[in-house]
Amino acid sequence: MMKRYLVRRAGQAVVVLILIACVNFLILKLAPGDLVDVLAGESGGSDPHYLHLLREQYGLDRPLYVQLFQYLSNLVQLDLGYSFRFNMPVRDLILMRLPATLLLMFSSLAIALLGGITFGVAAARAPRSLRDSLISTTALLAYSTPLFWAGLMLIILFSVKFGVLPSGGMATVDGPKDIVSIIVDVSRHLVLPSITLALFYMATYTRLMRASMLDIYNMDFVRTAKAKGLTPHQVAYRHVVPNSILPLISLFGVQLGSVLGGSVVVEVVFGWPGLGSLAFDALFQRDVNLLMGILFLSSVMVILVNLAIDLLYSWLDPRIEVGA
Amino acid sequence: MRISCRDRLKLLGGVGVLAGLQASGVLSSIDVIGKAFAEDAKKTLRVTIVPEPPILNAAFNTAIMVQQISTKMLDGLLAYDKNFEPLPALATEWKVAGDGLSIQFKLRPNVKWHDGSPFTSADVKYSIEEILKKHHPRGRATFANVSTVETPDPLTAIIKFSKPSPYVMAALSASESPILPKHLYEGNDPPANKFNNAPIGTGPYKFVEWQRGSYITLARNPDYWVKGKPAVESLIVRFIPDAGARAVAFETGELDVGGTDPINLADLERIKTLPNLAVTTEGYAMCGAMYYFEFNMRDPQFKDVRVRQAIAHAINRDFVAKNVWFGYGSAATGPISQKLAKFYTADVPKYPYDKKKAEALLDAAGYPRKAGGVRFKITHDPSTYSEQYRRFAEYFKQAMRMIGIEVDLQNSDAATFQRRIWTENVYQTASYGIFNMPDPTIGVQRMYWSKNIRKGVPYSNGSGYSSPEMDALLEAGQNEIDVAKRREIFNKMQVLAMTDLSIIPIINVDYTTVYNKRVKGLTEDLEGVFGTFANIALA
Repeated sequence: MMKRYLVRRAGQAVVVLILIACVNFLILKLAPGDLVDVLAGESGGSDPHYLHLLREQYGLDRPLYVQLFQYLSNLVQLDLGYSFRFNMPVRDLILMRLPATLLLMFSSLAIALLGGITFGVAAARAPRSLRDSLISTTALLAYSTPLFWAGLMLIILFSVKFGVLPSGGMATVDGPKDIVSIIVDVSRHLVLPSITLALFYMATYTRLMRASMLDIYNMDFVRTAKAKGLTPHQVAYRHVVPNSILPLISLFGVQLGSVLGGSVVVEVVFGWPGLGSLAFDALFQRDVNLLMGILFLSSVMVILVNLAIDLLYSWLDPRIEVGA
Repeated sequence: MRISCRDRLKLLGGVGVLAGLQASGVLSSIDVIGKAFAEDAKKTLRVTIVPEPPILNAAFNTAIMVQQISTKMLDGLLAYDKNFEPLPALATEWKVAGDGLSIQFKLRPNVKWHDGSPFTSADVKYSIEEILKKHHPRGRATFANVSTVETPDPLTAIIKFSKPSPYVMAALSASESPILPKHLYEGNDPPANKFNNAPIGTGPYKFVEWQRGSYITLARNPDYWVKGKPAVESLIVRFIPDAGARAVAFETGELDVGGTDPINLADLERIKTLPNLAVTTEGYAMCGAMYYFEFNMRDPQFKDVRVRQAIAHAINRDFVAKNVWFGYGSAATGPISQKLAKFYTADVPKYPYDKKKAEALLDAAGYPRKAGGVRFKITHDPSTYSEQYRRFAEYFKQAMRMIGIEVDLQNSDAATFQRRIWTENVYQTASYGIFNMPDPTIGVQRMYWSKNIRKGVPYSNGSGYSSPEMDALLEAGQNEIDVAKRREIFNKMQVLAMTDLSIIPIINVDYTTVYNKRVKGLTEDLEGVFGTFANIALA
């Protein structure tokens, strides 16, 4: 049963990936201008022969379907192509940025999830109290504060005023070389960007957790638990919290799927060398191979995480069957 | 062992807490270890370049961010003083032949590439013939008349021309025409050569490391051809994408130098008041940066020169310089930048700000105000590279409304803009930043020469302006070797350009460099942040 399910999902995944690659390619090609236009514009002038040579070299002079076919056949061989702008294979470019992206996204999602659950529970256990209003209002504020502003304010506070944390980057250039000091150094750089990003996610988790718990509180089995004399604490932590977490896991799955995209805003404000800003720049520079590479990996990630979350769901709550 | 559903959730929670602790361990490690390792500040120059360059060799990409990093590692044959007169670099002596058909260079002896190989005339020949003439974005035009480079001995190189090309002497700086090592480029595809990302040059700094998205480190070249220089031991280039974050990095002393407007112009007033920071507009004369407004001359709306004149009269260039460029620029009077003092003339037809005159010209041209006070509608495409460009477009829209012209702004991204202006010619009016470069034949001719109406080529003659008289002047200017006569030709060219008015030059742009006052020697040479940084010292 399980094996058949996995095989079916894998088959679907391949079809979806190819379709995504085709759609991405065509949409990107719809944008006016190409990499050669961008390079020539940046260089402040050029001549037609030179531009023609570049297009020939980059394969941009070939018909669209040939380019697409070429791309797909490379992809099937797990070759993500070459970024002519950076003069490097796309795979190498992505691998260089991947650790930074994963570090930032996982630490901020972890902070957000833990904080969200804590505050959500605190708010839901005393609905409409001062504590609840305080948490809900703060969450609303955190949710609606633009990330770049929150980031800059944190920089001004902790880097400029107090001078305790670095204002940007991922490590001290020419910094320490032993492993312990490197971990400490990177951690110091990670604090502000991960908190900035976590603030936003935490607000959603808090509100979701609160709503979900209030919902569960109205269920019959909670009334039974109360009736058999459990303390409010026991009711909350043994019966309500566990049952309220499933919606958070779905949301977490959705956000986990998008980690490879990174967060352009936070990366830009903190100079964090992640994939998000690389993809963003690649879009404006019409570096199609690079952008396609990042989008392709992102879609792989989304599919894998979705599968993992589905399996996790049925493992946590056996009422939900795999393959149903 | 049976695991209940609740246990599963706990297990998951445990993993989550572990991850959280990791992250919050991060929070508590506000420590001193990182500070203890702070670099030896006296010997390290910390620079920012905006944005991060895609490659590090200006022979293949002449974008301003590439030129800023390339020049620290790769030298040119010549450098220039503040009057644009050549100074020795890799060449120690030069002689332009009386007929202008050859330039002989004596090369500096005992110069070594960073890998230890000797630098010789063979490198010069290879660089000009095989790299600059074939793969440099502008080189095909600049070196078009170069027939061959002769190398009678290892320290002599003679450039031979099919026609006199006086402007070549102005284009031999490290930023415009870097000399590359033949032994590392010959025999493979130069644009894809791995040394474009890790240059081996003869310059004052050697390439060490490039962490993409974060920084580049360069180290002092102990064998540099000026003994005892540079004074700086290591040069770090950091990439900080956000202008606000760059301002903070300057304030906290994490950055020493940043060129080409590293901080929003609106923020500079505040930065200037800080005791350790300074702002300069020196070091950009070689660029001759201008902001041009251009008509699509194919459009019947602009056939009548009075319409173009009216629009010129209705743009308050002083207002734009003061408010859009925050004073970091001055009103332009003609197509050649005032910074190119050898060629600039103020003696051209002028279009002072005068709304009444503008309205009268439009009335006379047969465009009276109709219902709603509107005479006609046009579109305007501003370039995308800077915040100021978009602001200018907003000003332009308002200024035109005053004289009864309705403007529809077309904001886009760089690639779209270029396609609209220079490939498809579907625009009505456009405005963009342009570099005059050190010689008008290289930087100005391209906008006015009818033989340079070439589809798909950015910063060519996009307006479609075509005048036999203008062509004759420009072509005479290309090959005239007598300095005074050449100047005379370009004076006439400027008068004609401002009479025909296919382009309204708006602003002489002053780029800004922000630097920490501990940096000495930054403003002494012509090239500023485009220079070699060999003469920079840290106090």
